[in-house]
Amino acid sequence: MGKNKKKHNKDLVKTPDSWDSSIKMLTKDLSVKYGEVYGVKGVSLPIYNRKVTAFIGPSGCGKSTFLRALNRMHELSKNVTVSGEVLLDGDNIYAQGVNPVVIRRKIGMVFQKPTPFPTMSIFDNVVAGLKLVGIKDKKYLAEVCEKALTQAALFEEVKDRLSSLGGSLSGGQQQRLSIARALAIEPEVLLMDEPTSSLDPISSMKIEELIYQLKEHYAIVIVTHNMQQATRVSDNTAFFYLGELVEYDNTSNIFTNPSDQRTENYISGKFG
Amino acid sequence: MWEQVKARKSLRQRSINDKIMVALITLSTILVLTPLVIIIGYVVVNGIGALNYDFFTEELGSPTRAMRGQPTGLVHTILGTAVVDLLSLIIAAPIGIGAGIMLSEYPEHKLNPLLRVMNDTLNGMPAILKGLLAFTLIVRPMGTFSGLAGGVALAIVMIPIIARSTESALSNIPWSIREAGLAIGLPRWRVILSTVVPAAKSGMVTGFLIAFARAVGEAAPLLFTSFGNNYLPNHWTGFIFGPVDTLPQRLYSLAISPYKEWHSMGWGAGIVLLGFVIVLFSASRFLYRKRK
Amino acid sequence: MDIKHIPKKPLPAIYSWLGDRIFLTVIIVLGLSIILMTAGLALVTIVDGWEAIKEFGFIGFITGKVWDPGVNRTFGALPFLFGTAVTSVGSLALAFLPAVAIAVFISEYAAPWLGKMIDNMVNLIAAVPSVVIGIWGIFVFAPWMRETVYLPIYNWAIENNPSLLPILGNPIGYGMVSATIILALMIIPFITALTKDAIDQVPVEQREAAYALGATHWEVIRMAVIPYARGGILAGSILAFGRAIGETMAVAMLIGNKNTLPFSIFGPAATMPSVIINEFREAVNSLHLSSLMAIGLVLFIISLLVNLLAAYITKKLAIGGGKTA
Repeated sequence: MGKNKKKHNKDLVKTPDSWDSSIKMLTKDLSVKYGEVYGVKGVSLPIYNRKVTAFIGPSGCGKSTFLRALNRMHELSKNVTVSGEVLLDGDNIYAQGVNPVVIRRKIGMVFQKPTPFPTMSIFDNVVAGLKLVGIKDKKYLAEVCEKALTQAALFEEVKDRLSSLGGSLSGGQQQRLSIARALAIEPEVLLMDEPTSSLDPISSMKIEELIYQLKEHYAIVIVTHNMQQATRVSDNTAFFYLGELVEYDNTSNIFTNPSDQRTENYISGKFG
Repeated sequence: MWEQVKARKSLRQRSINDKIMVALITLSTILVLTPLVIIIGYVVVNGIGALNYDFFTEELGSPTRAMRGQPTGLVHTILGTAVVDLLSLIIAAPIGIGAGIMLSEYPEHKLNPLLRVMNDTLNGMPAILKGLLAFTLIVRPMGTFSGLAGGVALAIVMIPIIARSTESALSNIPWSIREAGLAIGLPRWRVILSTVVPAAKSGMVTGFLIAFARAVGEAAPLLFTSFGNNYLPNHWTGFIFGPVDTLPQRLYSLAISPYKEWHSMGWGAGIVLLGFVIVLFSASRFLYRKRK
Repeated sequence: MDIKHIPKKPLPAIYSWLGDRIFLTVIIVLGLSIILMTAGLALVTIVDGWEAIKEFGFIGFITGKVWDPGVNRTFGALPFLFGTAVTSVGSLALAFLPAVAIAVFISEYAAPWLGKMIDNMVNLIAAVPSVVIGIWGIFVFAPWMRETVYLPIYNWAIENNPSLLPILGNPIGYGMVSATIILALMIIPFITALTKDAIDQVPVEQREAAYALGATHWEVIRMAVIPYARGGILAGSILAFGRAIGETMAVAMLIGNKNTLPFSIFGPAATMPSVIINEFREAVNSLHLSSLMAIGLVLFIISLLVNLLAAYITKKLAIGGGKTA
């Protein structure tokens, strides 16, 4: 890493010529095809470090598809082709010879449905990622577990029952457990795919508070269909429509003074 | 970073583990499937050689027939198998279907929990015990081994399977079909027989084929019910009321006999039996695939 | 339906009502017959086995080491219990890993067409009649085992460790080891089928969550798939065990049929189903016959217990009320 810092000079919103360390990830002309159909077409945008970037848009606009291209999750599906580049700190994660296993440790993901491993205890869930690389030291694991659960604002609630099963928690707690599990491996970026869609309002609020705290350390990308959530939580917002990036700006600009008519139509609720 | 210091499994090692597991799993699969191919291969190769005109037209007789090269065959076995299998179908079908209807269409009935438990229990019982039941119920009172007893034994093997698959097929039919029937004033029994059952036809037939394929291959229950016969019965009723030869039981007898000539006929019985079972098996898979 | 005593004027109400009553009665009778059959199984073995049980006592019968139809007319079932236990447990132990591996291969690694083909082949193993496997066992497998496995080991023991010889026994090719290996092959489809079903039901989100932690394919299987599917794996194993206990023909044809303990590793042995098959047709003495029936009773009890255990464990291990097995 760090050997192939590329210069990019495509016309993007707000992108300087040399690699700016305030940018964590950068996509260049990223396209995702399902068979012959484009899910995402030619998107180039930067993800800023220590900021929350929100992807909004109607159903099927490609925001989730784009998100999953950021940590090479499409390779798990058949018949999906990804073209273009995705740069993490200047290096293309899709370059030849780059192992997706490595990428996914640096770019973590939290899904819409909370997915604790049901046969594992809370503790084992959190440290699952660490055990994968062979870390066995019990003290170290306990430390990491506490740190991750604290970051996920769950520690106080479960500290006395770390050995009970992951599935025994409520929906909101399970989602925070999934977040803790993702954070335990110390990623650099956290991708969140509609993380509060299946949760009740109070749990959603807790997670939004969490995101606000987490952005001090991570670059966070959140896909949401809830516009109010985007305004509450994010610094930058990208509006997707029919697989294309329509507009990308500061969140306040997008929602108070959008440049594109389509953006304005979506925000004012003219379509779904 | 802490993590790098303490990590014990490098990425390379994990990749190697990944590849090792793929190799092990693939090897296991090959290891298990190879005997299947070998078995079928042997049965086909050895069995085809034994199939000739005599095989299908002569009866077995005593061992000396085969040893002296006189015409000998298994026509009585094939016919006996047909009779016993047919009997078992006739007995098993109504009971199995009836129980399936009970379980699926009358779920509120008090008998159902007991029926389900008993049916599942019966399903899990070894076939040899079912043969013992038929022995006591039919052979003892009749005072003789018989094709009828064999048919009953095989029916007991088939019934739980048919009941289960019938219930499954019927309960997969959406409620709207029954609703439609009831709405036009059909009584409950007509709704079941005229609308639900025909809709579930292919599922039920698939279940039948599976049950039948199972029963057709069973030897143990037949050994003490139809028992076996080296000759054709004198009268066609002998197939039903007297001891009768069937392929699975005859295959067993020939294989454990001390006569080489009978061994080769055993392979012949094997290929006929295997062929029969494979046809039923393929038919059931084909129907199953069509439904999906 | 033509019910003659109904007056010519159409009375559909009675037609429906009567039809329903008759139909339900028929259905109930048919259902009852299954209940009676199952009860009958138990009753028959108890009643017909009673003579032997009375003679030796139930515990005495089960623990009796001597089975002698000839001179002494004592019948103890222990040799067959032992044989059944060793062959069933041994075959499950042998079959377990390959069976789960095949299920994993079909679901996780193979292309769809290959997976389907292998699935069919595995089911074909279960479809091949036991006697057909038996005849192949007698004329092909047992001699092969004798030449390739038993004799070399036996000869090695003669040279290097003669004290092992009595434990090894006579390497004739027919015996517990041969029967156990074939039995393992025959029960694999049951484990594989239920394991595969359980694996297919693991939600895709579980897999994705594991991948998102940076896991390799095998690690995802080990961490997220197999634990989730453990209900099906266990259910399949217990089902397979139940089948192994009751498997009759191939075992009877391969196990050599020796009725007295001790059994040696290579030498002939017997199981409960095999002794029934071997001796039933020739048993004339009523105590002998009754003893065989009593063995049937023991077989019934054990099968029943295994089935109940399977049902209980399946319910216990189902994840979130999921439809595992």
